[in-house]
Amino acid sequence: MLQEKLYDYLLHLGDNSMILGQRLGELCGHAAELETDIALTNISLDLFGQVRNYFQAAAQIKGGDATEDSVAMLRYEHEYKNTYLVEQPNEDFAHVIVRQFFFDVYHQLVLNELMKSKNETLVAIAKKSIKEVDYHVDFSSTWVKRLGDGTEESHAKMQTAVNILWRYSMELFKATEIESWAADSGVGPDLDQLKPIYLERVTSLLQEATLSLPEETVFQYGAKTGMHSENMGFILAEFQYMQRAYPNMKW
Amino acid sequence: MNKEWPIWEIFIRSKNGLEHRHCGSLHAADEEMAIQNARDVYTRRQEGVSIWVVESKHITASNPEKNGEMFEPAADKVYRHPTFYELPDEIKHM
Amino acid sequence: MENKTLSLEDQFQNRIDSGENIEAKDWMPEKYRKTHIRQISQHAHSEVVGMLPEGNWISRAPSLRRKVALLAKVQDEAGHGLYLYSAAETLGISREELNEQLNSGRAKYSSIFNYPTVSWADMGAVGWLVDGAAIINQVMLTKTSYGPYARAMVRICKEESFHQRQGYEIMLSLCNGTEAQKAMSQDALNRWWWPSMMMFGPRDEESPNTEQSMKWKIKKKTNDELRQQFVDQTVPQVEILGLTVPDKDLKWNDETGHYDFGTIDWDEFWDVVKGNGLMNEKRLKDRNEAWDEGKWVRDGASAYADKQAEKRAKKTA
Repeated sequence: MLQEKLYDYLLHLGDNSMILGQRLGELCGHAAELETDIALTNISLDLFGQVRNYFQAAAQIKGGDATEDSVAMLRYEHEYKNTYLVEQPNEDFAHVIVRQFFFDVYHQLVLNELMKSKNETLVAIAKKSIKEVDYHVDFSSTWVKRLGDGTEESHAKMQTAVNILWRYSMELFKATEIESWAADSGVGPDLDQLKPIYLERVTSLLQEATLSLPEETVFQYGAKTGMHSENMGFILAEFQYMQRAYPNMKW
Repeated sequence: MNKEWPIWEIFIRSKNGLEHRHCGSLHAADEEMAIQNARDVYTRRQEGVSIWVVESKHITASNPEKNGEMFEPAADKVYRHPTFYELPDEIKHM
Repeated sequence: MENKTLSLEDQFQNRIDSGENIEAKDWMPEKYRKTHIRQISQHAHSEVVGMLPEGNWISRAPSLRRKVALLAKVQDEAGHGLYLYSAAETLGISREELNEQLNSGRAKYSSIFNYPTVSWADMGAVGWLVDGAAIINQVMLTKTSYGPYARAMVRICKEESFHQRQGYEIMLSLCNGTEAQKAMSQDALNRWWWPSMMMFGPRDEESPNTEQSMKWKIKKKTNDELRQQFVDQTVPQVEILGLTVPDKDLKWNDETGHYDFGTIDWDEFWDVVKGNGLMNEKRLKDRNEAWDEGKWVRDGASAYADKQAEKRAKKTA
């Protein structure tokens, strides 16, 4: 029972990194500047590295024939526990950067707590991942500032992205049953406590970038409990394609 | 506005104890981006522990057409090298 | 005057012949500069356009391990494009101009990237055959006369060493797999074999620049010599996979110590070079979109940099 909960919690952690990594992977070869292309791919690689760590642990719990790939790729849509935020499409570079920034700040807070987890595997993964994610925060923050306080056009595009994506941000902090269990049992962070720090960090950086949060936002919740947006089916159509079309094969 | 991001020269220290060495160049809008780009472009395989970036326009280079006067006069100053001095083989530690 | 120019060129050629490298600020014949800008930028464009056919499969890679390897490989290609553009820029042309040449369709890039990647096995075939063919050229270029180009190639060759292995390993897994996987890999070999053979360029008698390129050490072997080297080293690798080379005329020749092979379809080669390959339009469309959509980003970042510089200037004033 305990192991089952830990399994589900690993999915919570891994799915966010995985779907965001997948979104960034779609951009590889399509960034305007080679330097930026390489940077975004690096982030994607970091995230997939973390996913493999989480899902190798998950596969071990599951036992039997389970592998990191079966955990990653052989679930139905409603069994994925990532948030709406990370499944949002790469509309333009502003969306890519703002989505990244909103996630990175959350990700950093979570990993910092996970380093104190009662679960040793999570401590080890968090210790390795935090260095990567500290850099992600630096990277996305500087880009938010650059483009927020760049030209009128770049400012407008960034503000639009903030307005569109902010509605998906609070889902990060709305604990599911599993996340509450993790918090209560000292395995994972208490998201309620992280939320005010998050709001403070995001608002102050946006301010520096001459951007602001929309005044009234109706937040969207549900992806974490399996009610995904229309994007998710298409993401999985690609992500699972080979495993579904050619089942039970080694690659 | 249509301005290309300037070129930066990148110097990497591969490990402490060694000097920074020129490893290539890249484009970046400012020095912060230049450092980040250098990290992502030139240290993906753990090539470095420290990065210097210098905007290319700030580098002054010697003129290769003056290579003769610049560098050849050093060629016959053999007395600057230890092998110029002849000592008997029995002398040790020198 | 005539005499002096001649002697400068002679001196220049003497330096190359004696194995010296030419550096960016050295005197060089205009033709040397122009040829190098053309060749290095074509090489850079090939790396950058080459990201697209493989990038096409990143989101569909069959396992996490394959996905990260492919991501890292395609990312390296971006790096290689960048190193090469930097080398071209030392000759006095801007990255923007080079981009413009590519995006307008005026510049050439390796035709192989105008073929589609239609199955996962293509990631194996491309890494194995296309990178394999490219490495043969690139190793030769580490000794080329132009210093910045040679240094970029040294760096590239070091990084490339995993690319071909990555491709071949994909093929091995498929060939040790199910019937469907084997069929997939044979199909990929069938489609990529001849285009890979074409990567070495036209036959020697139809390659007018070869002599000049050899003089400047942009080339050390002719197209046909390199092609033969590729066949000789690749056929045994095909055998290990248990696949069949799609060439009825391929057979070992005891007398020459090389494989004989069939005739390349040069009409197809020239068609693709001229822009009539299946993917020519799509590749350029993708690059143009990336560039155009990046304009506001470049401008925004430049404006921010200017503002920051101004702020600093005010502080120190």
